[in-house]
Amino acid sequence: MAPSDTARLKRTPLHAAHVRLGARMIGFGGWDMPVQYAGIVEEHRTVRTAVGCFDVSHMGEFEFRGPDATRALQRLTTNDVPSLAVGQVQYSLLCYEDGGIVDDLTLYRLAHDDYMMTVNAANIDKDWAWVTGHVEGKVDARNASAETGLIAVQGPKAEGLVGRLTDVDVTAIGYYRFARGRVAGVPAIVSRTGYTGEDGFELYLPASSTEPVWDALLTEGKRDGVGPIGLGARDTLRLEMRYALYGNDIDQTTNPLEAGLGWVVKLPKGDFVGRPAIERVKAEGPIRRLVGFEMVDRAVARHGYRIVRDGAEVGHVTSGSYGPSVDRYIGMGYVTAALAAVGTEIDVEVRGRPQKARVATTPFYAPKVKK
Amino acid sequence: MASYPAELRYTREHEWAKVEGGRARIGITHYAQDQLGDVVFVELPKVGTRVRQTQSFGVVESVKAVSDLFAPLSGEVVEVNQPLTEHPEQVNRDPYGAGWLIVVAISDPKELEQLLSAADYEKFLETAGGSTGD
Repeated sequence: MAPSDTARLKRTPLHAAHVRLGARMIGFGGWDMPVQYAGIVEEHRTVRTAVGCFDVSHMGEFEFRGPDATRALQRLTTNDVPSLAVGQVQYSLLCYEDGGIVDDLTLYRLAHDDYMMTVNAANIDKDWAWVTGHVEGKVDARNASAETGLIAVQGPKAEGLVGRLTDVDVTAIGYYRFARGRVAGVPAIVSRTGYTGEDGFELYLPASSTEPVWDALLTEGKRDGVGPIGLGARDTLRLEMRYALYGNDIDQTTNPLEAGLGWVVKLPKGDFVGRPAIERVKAEGPIRRLVGFEMVDRAVARHGYRIVRDGAEVGHVTSGSYGPSVDRYIGMGYVTAALAAVGTEIDVEVRGRPQKARVATTPFYAPKVKK
Repeated sequence: MASYPAELRYTREHEWAKVEGGRARIGITHYAQDQLGDVVFVELPKVGTRVRQTQSFGVVESVKAVSDLFAPLSGEVVEVNQPLTEHPEQVNRDPYGAGWLIVVAISDPKELEQLLSAADYEKFLETAGGSTGD
């Protein structure tokens, strides 16, 4: 990448720390981010067997406060907001009127009328314009992205590591729950969430105090075998879990039902943006479905490759790689609904040649998240 | 071990060739494997295939990138490193040893003049840097 491009990329509060650690940096969604430190496969295994720290400060945080916050978010997002308890986190979606996905997100109920929404880094400006254009009533919306740092601590040793650095009883935080406290002396939201399939936490921090917490985690975590983890391993970890990545597997042209995200679309809750379009898809049935597949032939499926059967195109690959923990070439992609059943044989066209693959049971990796 | 052994010849596309009599063993350089990161797949030609200097003869894939392999020399493929199919990580671990790719019977020894010495290759890396699809 040319220096002029690098200069235009945004930097997280941990940028200098990554450079000091010798990370290889790449442009991702407008941000200069670490793609790897020790190597993608090694970092992947560190998270599966010990604990890894990810800088995800590039993600966006919006706050919604006021007596109409619950009602406004209920209309804006697809999941059921009133059922979210204070201290709980909800995975959800923003949809366009036509049912296409604006973004996927997590919603935190901080207090009765106080919420935080975490959105994808590349979508912050688009999402902010969307939500401020659709929020109704007495709601004070605020884009806190620039002043918020975010570190994910993931892996079987995450509970021990975070537990030693915080005044919060982390053992009492359930999956998709959070608590407030201090981590390494810095005020934080300690959220038992993640994007890896391992137990772990996401720590929301003031941007100005994110670096000391990062340093404390890497120092205190030495005895746990901690390592910094880049975007490369973040991608292989989430792929083994078949978690969708916005821009790869879901976007404005995909609807939640075909993407397998119907579980966060609560049609009975009443009106919300995109509901009529999604109801139509539900009534007619999705014409294609996002599936996980494993390669039968030795080949790596990549984003954009065609999926064919008997020579005819039946879909396309949205994500694909080698899965270090499952030791297979795996992927995700959209196929015609009739071909979505587990075990269905498909071909992935790799450099013009069809390579055998099979629709697989997902997640590929059995999750170790706290129940 | 030197990063760029003096007995090898190099291309600007980051392959190396080691002349063994009338044959040449071919692989990718330390720089190439480092830029690629973890190699997870190698696609090589069959024995008997004719490869041509500067033309693509296969593909190496890391977790994040797909890169073409370019032949340093023309000739017929007489050996292929079959174990790489199961253990592509050898390309990272031992790029000049167990991570070799193919052996060709050299068809035109004059082509060797097109290749870089280790010193010139290192100079090339310093000045031009490289593009291996990173």
